[in-house]
Amino acid sequence: MTSLDTEKPAAPVNAAERALLRRIYEVLLLSRAVEERFWVLSRQGVASFVLTPRGHDVAQIASAAAIRRGHDSVWPYYRDMALALALGLTPFELFAGSLGRDCDPHSGSRQLTLHISSPRLRIGSVSSEIAAHLPHAVGAAYASRVLGDDRVAVAWFGDGASSEGATHEAMNLAGIHQLPVVFFCENNDIAISVPHHLQMPIASLAERGPAYGMPGVRVDGTDALAVYRATRTAVARARAGLGPSIVDAHVPRITSHSSQDDDQYRTPQEKAAAEARDPLPKLRAELLEFGLLAPGEEAQLQQAARARALEEADRALASPEPAPARARRWLYAGDPPHPELARLEAEGIGVGPFDDLDLPS
Amino acid sequence: MSVSQDRPAAEGITLLQAVTEALQEEMARDPRVVLLGQDIGRKGGVFKTTVGLQEQFGPLRVLDTPIAEDVIAGAAVGAAMMGLRPVAEFQFADYIFPALDQIVSQAATVRWRSVGGWGVPAVFRAPCGAGVRGGVYHSQSVEAFFCHTPGLKVVVPATPRDAKGLLKAAIRDDDPVVFFEHKKSYRRYREIAPADEVIPLGVARLDREGRDLSIVTYGVGVHHAREAADLLASDGISVEILDLRTLIPLDHEAIARTVQKTNKVLILHEANKTMGFGAEIAAFIGEELFMDLDGPIVRVAADDCHLPYNGPEEDAIIPSPAKVADAVRRLAAF
Repeated sequence: MTSLDTEKPAAPVNAAERALLRRIYEVLLLSRAVEERFWVLSRQGVASFVLTPRGHDVAQIASAAAIRRGHDSVWPYYRDMALALALGLTPFELFAGSLGRDCDPHSGSRQLTLHISSPRLRIGSVSSEIAAHLPHAVGAAYASRVLGDDRVAVAWFGDGASSEGATHEAMNLAGIHQLPVVFFCENNDIAISVPHHLQMPIASLAERGPAYGMPGVRVDGTDALAVYRATRTAVARARAGLGPSIVDAHVPRITSHSSQDDDQYRTPQEKAAAEARDPLPKLRAELLEFGLLAPGEEAQLQQAARARALEEADRALASPEPAPARARRWLYAGDPPHPELARLEAEGIGVGPFDDLDLPS
Repeated sequence: MSVSQDRPAAEGITLLQAVTEALQEEMARDPRVVLLGQDIGRKGGVFKTTVGLQEQFGPLRVLDTPIAEDVIAGAAVGAAMMGLRPVAEFQFADYIFPALDQIVSQAATVRWRSVGGWGVPAVFRAPCGAGVRGGVYHSQSVEAFFCHTPGLKVVVPATPRDAKGLLKAAIRDDDPVVFFEHKKSYRRYREIAPADEVIPLGVARLDREGRDLSIVTYGVGVHHAREAADLLASDGISVEILDLRTLIPLDHEAIARTVQKTNKVLILHEANKTMGFGAEIAAFIGEELFMDLDGPIVRVAADDCHLPYNGPEEDAIIPSPAKVADAVRRLAAF
């Protein structure tokens, strides 16, 4: 298979795609600013554990733009911070979770950082177990079929998760019944330390698609438009009753697996190669080329993103921690919902970064 | 459709038919109830518990899946989160282990870890138990694995009426329920099971009143206890039998009532003794009811061994009415 890294980014064909590119860039800058803040908080010993989407972020944001927010169900994994922001979750919520605050609406800080969940946005609760959520996405797609609605289920996962038996079982069932589900792999070629060739004996997860009775497509995960279009096609297929798809987005993992991982197993050359694939400068160059970013404008956008990240992190820091006696609540049905959940539920799905764009739905 | 239509209603239904009727009536009542599992469609289940249901409700609501327990359970979790009421069938309790991850680590934790945001109203059904010459992979009693996990409810009915009423309650419950049906109870006898009866989870049933000693048990143990009690009646020993019906939630009050009445207790189950559910009951009685006891807490359970195919060997491992009666005589004489 040819290297996807060297291919020229996809070019926008209409105003909607041009607007989308610009908006993806703005979410990307916010994601980077939030991530930087996470690292600072970790270094200060305030946040104990940091996971970072750096390198995956463009693929996460672009794929999020391809779904109907609040309508389709979302089954993310723990690296999907940029995806969360692209779905309209706030940096405050993410910081609250990472800092162990009561107001974290995802798990009340019972789970590790970035283990998001949102019933109102139909985001399933993230589990640290990789691949366990793929059967859930298939079950959600089955529910759409039974209920006769047109909701699509999309599962995001890493290349490591593709080795789990649950992934095989989920894809097989989805293929048999041609369920409306999209399997979106953020394939960064390394599962903590185990490289691609020790994870799968094929060049791309996309190759497995036909074996499960579904199309599989490999896409350069640093190419925002290419990711958006591939995901859109897969989502549209599913919505039209044409069955599931695999999108294998080839992304770099620019940082370590987590803040607890020293990344010493990668050579300096390997790390440099990952950094060379950073989607941010690529997207910036594209925006400049298409006149979607004025020279000097980036500094302003970056400053605004950093200010927002700082302000929301500080606000999260000032929020109270949960009362220890609360630990046993919500084991079974019957407890009233967490107040933050109830508040958000009343607010509805809020405004997402792509809501005002004229994207096909 | 009624599975018991071949018999006059007055004769009642078997436990197997009770399961079918509960599923059928709940599916007819609520279009969100769906069934998933291998062989449950055209064949009607390996034990015929779903017979006729695909015909009535269609192949989508009675989904014949591949033999893939992890995704059967996992799809039930996802479907439940999206508003359905799935009932997943595992052909034998022995084969539920590939689904253990989804039931224990996913279904059981979703509500807690999402601070009440999501719930998993799914039922995981499996035929369990020994005494049918099924060998090690068709005989196990695995309930303790699930009782150890907060967030799950665990049901083991003994009688047809209870099986029907408890399964209906399990399907209507907003939490994940693991539901075990003892194979040897499937066709044991018939009992009238009212159509509209929903038996609440967490409430034990006093199966038989007695004076001298209590047997606390569940599932097939209830039948062993009944036979033992009949044997012992001629010895002049009066046995009280408490059928727990649900292990989680556990009816502590009912256990306390019977122990405080007879002051001697024998705990009976077919699962292995070590770390079996009986250990939990014994610990509860030891902690809370020690002063009410006039004798040691006795457990009758399977030997800590795998279950042989060979009949006499299997009988040597698992409890029987005769073994129970012997243990009761010793305890009664204490």
